[in-house]
Amino acid sequence: MAEIRNMTMNFGPQHPAAHGVLRLILEMDGEVIERADPHIGLLHRGTEKLAESKPFNQSIGYMDRLDYVSMMCNEHAYVMAIEKLLGVTPPIRAQYIRVMFDEITRILNHLMWLGTHGLDIGAMTMFLYCFREREDLMDCYEAVSGARMHATYYRPGGVYRDLPSIMPKYEASKWHKQEEVDRLNENRQGSLLDFIDNFSARFPGYVDEYETLLTDNRIWKQRTVGIGVVSPERALQLGFTGAMLRGSGVEWDLRKKQPYEVYDQLDFDIPVGTNGDCYDRYLVRVEEMRQSNRLIKQCVDWLRDNPGPVILDDHKLTPPKREEMKDDMESLIHHFKLFTEGYCVPEGEVYSAVEHPKGEFGIYLVSDGANKPYRLKVRAPGFAHLSSMNEMVKGHMLSDVVAVIGTQDIVFGEIDR
Amino acid sequence: MESAVSLKIKLEARFSNELIACELDRDQVTLVLPADKILSVCTVLRDDEQFSFSQLSDLCGVDYSAYGQVDWATHETTSTGFSRGRGSLNETTVDENKRFAVVYHLLSIKNNIRLRLRCFVTGEPPRIASVADIWNSANWFEREAFDMFGIVFDGHPDLRRILTDYGFIGHPFRKDFPLEGNVELHYDEDKKRVVYKPVTITNRVLVPRVIREDNRYVASEEEQNDG
Repeated sequence: MAEIRNMTMNFGPQHPAAHGVLRLILEMDGEVIERADPHIGLLHRGTEKLAESKPFNQSIGYMDRLDYVSMMCNEHAYVMAIEKLLGVTPPIRAQYIRVMFDEITRILNHLMWLGTHGLDIGAMTMFLYCFREREDLMDCYEAVSGARMHATYYRPGGVYRDLPSIMPKYEASKWHKQEEVDRLNENRQGSLLDFIDNFSARFPGYVDEYETLLTDNRIWKQRTVGIGVVSPERALQLGFTGAMLRGSGVEWDLRKKQPYEVYDQLDFDIPVGTNGDCYDRYLVRVEEMRQSNRLIKQCVDWLRDNPGPVILDDHKLTPPKREEMKDDMESLIHHFKLFTEGYCVPEGEVYSAVEHPKGEFGIYLVSDGANKPYRLKVRAPGFAHLSSMNEMVKGHMLSDVVAVIGTQDIVFGEIDR
Repeated sequence: MESAVSLKIKLEARFSNELIACELDRDQVTLVLPADKILSVCTVLRDDEQFSFSQLSDLCGVDYSAYGQVDWATHETTSTGFSRGRGSLNETTVDENKRFAVVYHLLSIKNNIRLRLRCFVTGEPPRIASVADIWNSANWFEREAFDMFGIVFDGHPDLRRILTDYGFIGHPFRKDFPLEGNVELHYDEDKKRVVYKPVTITNRVLVPRVIREDNRYVASEEEQNDG
């Protein structure tokens, strides 16, 4: 009788469904997974070590590049940690702007997730639809910070600048006729807030479209229902947070439980799953997009009525205005000191966490009183999620590995750091 | 949400024999423990009803060997001129017993509160017991701390490097590991493969590390001490 042996298979690191550079060593018994050993670190850049060699503000840009599909939420945790150490609170308008952009980021992230997760398990159309909406939201990023992805918009003490009063418009070119450009510019006639308002009015209709395609789709349900089931007890043991934890039925959302910024003054609900499978996590994330849209709408309404400063006026921490520097000696000195040396942060240590689209994104920051962090540790939600890969895929088929990678919302920027 | 003050009181009462210190700073509680007590204390913290820290959110190593060191002491510089601050990396004078620490961040879903534990670990390599059996999420976090700092976790099911390259030498997040690394990769035309060679770039410190005695914080600290 022929000897029957398990087969070891190498999945990735160059595989379109591996969401980046995941290398999985799969031990297979036929089509069934016996053991999965993820090899990570192929995108390791040593962000935490690099941050130790730079003044505090210069690392904000590195935070964007951690989870590169939800940029501003990463920045948020980092600037919040610095603010906690310094003991400062940003102005209320800055807090609303942060919440609004956090939620825009959440939608950006979930759209990316929905598009690629759909693509991985056979729903090509989703990808095109989701990226259509992402385009509008990235235009918001661009309008406010000048960059479509890596914004570096949040600063300790507030945000870099106030929302612009005009929305950038498309221009006619060799490839785009004037009529086409006029049509694209229809909802860009007013300010950025008008554009976001218009988007939040349109967006629930889009989510309905996604749900029409997927929620009752037979193929979608066959690929997700009962796949990667995690009980609430195991989810806590494995360090799950965010939608992965809520999909298992644990009602835990830092925006509600440990509110930061102005989340306690806004109205929204936390969706919770029951079965803890891929399908429930899909439903949770789709509902989160609707709730984020609600939050955006509330923030837009508040921001319209309440002008004010968006960054602290403390020039030991934030740069003075360019006009002031022209005729004020002290402003010039402040500017020079900030951009050559930075600011010193009092000695101490702090852990600050935000409800990132993927889960709890935490920054553990140790300062010894210098102008650079002494130690920075990024607690990436995806790191804990990926570590459970072996447990989640054991006994499933090879094709379900792709569904589990998708449902974990893996992005290697944050896992490898 | 339970207050940090009441948590501190409860911890001090329950662990009066074990703890080295229990600090409350910026509304966050830190429990400093001797390394040999970590397993017993963590088991209680997870299972005892009054704590129920059901989740380990984070675990990381810290290397305190360069704590408080600056590249550029500003007190005397005016008489001697400014030097480009560089080279203080290897002059470690810190107490070897206080060099490495493992920091745990726990979360109690039930009481909605966080707790930080810190254990100083000694020896070369520094050793501490693994908490992977108490919280399974510690598995990869401990592998990371091992990889980055060379801290060995006794009883860990699978202590391998995790983030660095296959066959990597050294522990990159130690303070005596240079920022630019020791080796770099290039493609060797003769061997037809990628090979390592000693690093050719040097690190330029553009902004020296300084500690300013900022009167705003000095004043607030004095107030705290008085009050």
